[in-house]
Amino acid sequence: MLARAWAETAVLTAGALLVTLALFGAFVAARGLDPLAVYAALYVGAFGTWFSLEDTLTQAAPLMLTALCTAIPARAGLLVIGGEGALVVGGLVTVLAGVALAGAAPALAIPLVCAAGALAGGGWIAAAGALRHFRGVNETISTLLLNYVAIAIMNHLVTGPMRDFEQVLKPASWPVGEAFMIGDIPGTSIHRGLALGVAACAAAWVLARRTTFGFGVDVLGGNERAARLVGLPIGAMVLVTCFLGGAAAGLAGAVEIVAVHGFASASLAVGYGYAGILVAFLARQNPLAVIPVAILVGGISASGGLLQRRFGLPDAATLVLQGILFVAVLASHALHGRLRAFRARPA
Amino acid sequence: MTPAVELGWWGVPIAVVGGAIRVSTPYLFVSLGETLTEKSGRVNLGLEGTLVMGAMSAYAVAYLSGSPWLGVLVAGLAGALLGLVHGAVCSLPRVNDVAVGIALFLLGTGLAFYLGKPYIEPSAPRLPHVSLGAWSASPQVRAALEINALFVAGAVLAPLLRWALRSTRWGLVVRATGDNADAARALGHSVAAVRTLATVLGGFLAGVGGSFLSLYYPGTWNEGLSSGQGLMAIALVIFARWNPTHCLWVSLLFGGATALGPALQSVGITSNYYLYGAAPYALTLALLVWSSSPKQALAGAPSELSISR
Amino acid sequence: MTQRQLTRRDVLAGATALAGAAALAPLPARAAARPLIVGFVYVGPRNDYGWNQSHWVAAKKVGALEGVKVIEQENVPETVEAEKVMEGMIRHDGAKVIFATSFGYWPTVLKLARKYPDVLFTHIGALWKDGDPKNAIGYRGYMEEPHYLCGIAAGHATKTGKIGFIGSKPLYFIFNNANGFILGARSVNPAITCQVVITGDWNNPVREAEVTNSLIDQGVDVIVANVDSAKVVIENAERRGIFSCGYHTDLSELAPKGFLTGAEWNWAAGAQFVKAWQTGGPYPNLLRGGFKQDMVALSPFGRAVSQDVRARILKVKQGFTDDSFKLYRGPLKDNEGNVVLKDGQVIANDDNKFKLGVNFLVEGAIGKTGLKK
Repeated sequence: MLARAWAETAVLTAGALLVTLALFGAFVAARGLDPLAVYAALYVGAFGTWFSLEDTLTQAAPLMLTALCTAIPARAGLLVIGGEGALVVGGLVTVLAGVALAGAAPALAIPLVCAAGALAGGGWIAAAGALRHFRGVNETISTLLLNYVAIAIMNHLVTGPMRDFEQVLKPASWPVGEAFMIGDIPGTSIHRGLALGVAACAAAWVLARRTTFGFGVDVLGGNERAARLVGLPIGAMVLVTCFLGGAAAGLAGAVEIVAVHGFASASLAVGYGYAGILVAFLARQNPLAVIPVAILVGGISASGGLLQRRFGLPDAATLVLQGILFVAVLASHALHGRLRAFRARPA
Repeated sequence: MTPAVELGWWGVPIAVVGGAIRVSTPYLFVSLGETLTEKSGRVNLGLEGTLVMGAMSAYAVAYLSGSPWLGVLVAGLAGALLGLVHGAVCSLPRVNDVAVGIALFLLGTGLAFYLGKPYIEPSAPRLPHVSLGAWSASPQVRAALEINALFVAGAVLAPLLRWALRSTRWGLVVRATGDNADAARALGHSVAAVRTLATVLGGFLAGVGGSFLSLYYPGTWNEGLSSGQGLMAIALVIFARWNPTHCLWVSLLFGGATALGPALQSVGITSNYYLYGAAPYALTLALLVWSSSPKQALAGAPSELSISR
Repeated sequence: MTQRQLTRRDVLAGATALAGAAALAPLPARAAARPLIVGFVYVGPRNDYGWNQSHWVAAKKVGALEGVKVIEQENVPETVEAEKVMEGMIRHDGAKVIFATSFGYWPTVLKLARKYPDVLFTHIGALWKDGDPKNAIGYRGYMEEPHYLCGIAAGHATKTGKIGFIGSKPLYFIFNNANGFILGARSVNPAITCQVVITGDWNNPVREAEVTNSLIDQGVDVIVANVDSAKVVIENAERRGIFSCGYHTDLSELAPKGFLTGAEWNWAAGAQFVKAWQTGGPYPNLLRGGFKQDMVALSPFGRAVSQDVRARILKVKQGFTDDSFKLYRGPLKDNEGNVVLKDGQVIANDDNKFKLGVNFLVEGAIGKTGLKK
């Protein structure tokens, strides 16, 4: 039965992809371009060569983690859009931890600094969860506001109290040091953060679908009254799901530090958190589905560059493509359970 | 050119008042539009994209036609169109309106940037303003009290919308759809149609709000024009407890708080500018926490709204 | 490759000599019909009427060269994406020259220059030093020089004696520009003060407009903005009836009444680098210059600048061009009372080390750099 559901999702998503390509083809044809050439470029740019694949996977890596920031709380019925802020906070704390542990053995220090980043992100979103449970503050608005606050704090710190004045390129924080960088997956030029992203999604899926906690969260997400009647610990569930989601985004921030930049700067806040919301909704809040969806969205980002360079399409064309894809996939969700081929046969 | 009167610290409250009026207008329009939409039971997070699309189309049309008001109209129509798409897709079963909103946010922003490329350089004609400060000898006060026509329109619209929602039959239908869809259906109204119409009108207002950004203040079109203002305005709706007149006060508060940082910088408080920049958001969060309670979690929230369940 | 700054003449002379020699030698395989692909990477939209546009102007000049094809990508953030974009240009499109037009791309440039020694990388940060890969070039104009000239115009135009400088981020080149502006204004009237305000973002139209209005409320009547696009500031200044100076590109059309002049880049040296790479000629790894090396320019004067003032400004400009006029010269104090330069001390206009280390604002500035002393 599970296979049937997955097959249906795959077919519907494929259908949505075809519709998207058709609409996007019309869009570029209006500009005088050959749609087939554009499709070819989309494919080449995203999956066509080994380099493209590496590019796609590199773009997908942070999205897997920030998507969890929305997906995990969503299972409990919460709409959290604070991935951007949690990522930034996670990155900052990772730097602080890295500086505090300077000189320690990397094998010990790296997991610790990443954990610190994750904890910080988790705490950030858990605070919003607490505000929701204890004060009734809507988590959507509180996490949105916290995003702005986090980015402002980050900018303030990297421009002043945490600034590395030797760095003249841009306001940047103290570096964590070369010893604490985690480098690429051997044999590729994709950083190890990708592995962390996949692992986090898998772990989240196990938690959601294979534990009693996860089951309880599903009940809460479906019907809060029922959950209350059954006596589920609502407060604990709200706090834990928010914490876990925030920890995933915080880990994304840690990855940006130890796998990409080596320091914190305004380049932490480039929209990974917001893109993660998109991925979570496309994946229908299923942590395992987040992996292929993140790769798809990463592929669009990666091939967007080729579209710009080959056809002179502006960067905005990639946004349009993403928007059309998103709408098409969402419309296809309406067809779930309606297609005869996938209906469960009566016993 | 009249020489400016030496202001010193008085510049700060004058700037805050001026900023409250200047900066609040797009927030006001978007939040009024979203209030209407959410009262009918639907969330439209796509208003950020609508705002940007409105700004771009207003600027382009105003530049091409020479008439800023035509630009405002077209901006509203563009917003209405995006609202129509939102309403239509959300009318399909089992479609999550939050997700559709995000999709249209991307689509609207992408289309606006794409179509708006040729209009970044030119200068479009501006919307007119009313000078309420003509009595003052101080040019600064006069500048602060230059009220834009759209702000006046919004300030009138807010109580009007509140009255319409409370006291007219049409308002009742909208509220019924938002509070209890089954009851509304039983009364013979098409829930989908009412919600779509509310979304279309909401989109129109958001588009008009966007036109303010490009045709008055800051008065330009470029891709960095809105940094989440539409999204923030939607958050303000929750803060305003879905009450249109509260939207007016909340927008003014937010606009004033936004002007505080730059005003302080100009009197010599030049450090910590990022923290002052966070002031509007931190203030809103603090007030939200203070004014909320777990019992009446979201008083005034339409029960059918997906984010308030 | 020598480290001293080569003038354009040197580069041209070298290239011509080599081209001449090559004409006698058998044609190398590279000179066959395939064009040289040059990639431009922009951090924002290329027609932003500001920073990115100044590079787009240069890209068009490069594209006009014979045997050269330009590919461009915009909105590339300073993250790992920048690396993938540049590599994509090299791997997918066969680019042999990459123009990295944002400050923060430098670590990426260093990494990729080592990986792809047959590709030339140029970067507008001018941070190249000994030991860096030879196939990388840092080049940047000294914008403080045209800012000095803008300051002179401001000094003559201001009636309140208060001028304003809006900066985006607290970085050394922003403060050099501010100092240039203030020194120029105070050379006309030593009592002039300048408010230096940092917005914190490269591009934030609402905040820039708010800061402009706040400064004007405080009596400032000449403004210059070092942000990605100064259009918002200039238009708002014009509406309030004060004077303004431009930055990055020619913004004189935006303020018919109030525009004085502006500081513009001249990235045309980029075309020289491409030619040198094409022909195998020599090129500098570090090219910094002001008016003398033709790497900066002055916008056309606005109506508000009288002929007399124009003549004075052009005279100082000539002083920069023939290096007889120095911008930083003693006695010079900063705005906290510390002595920066003693009487008689003079800083050469191309003293890179001094300028990189500018962590102060000169006397007359109201504001702080926030940089460590």
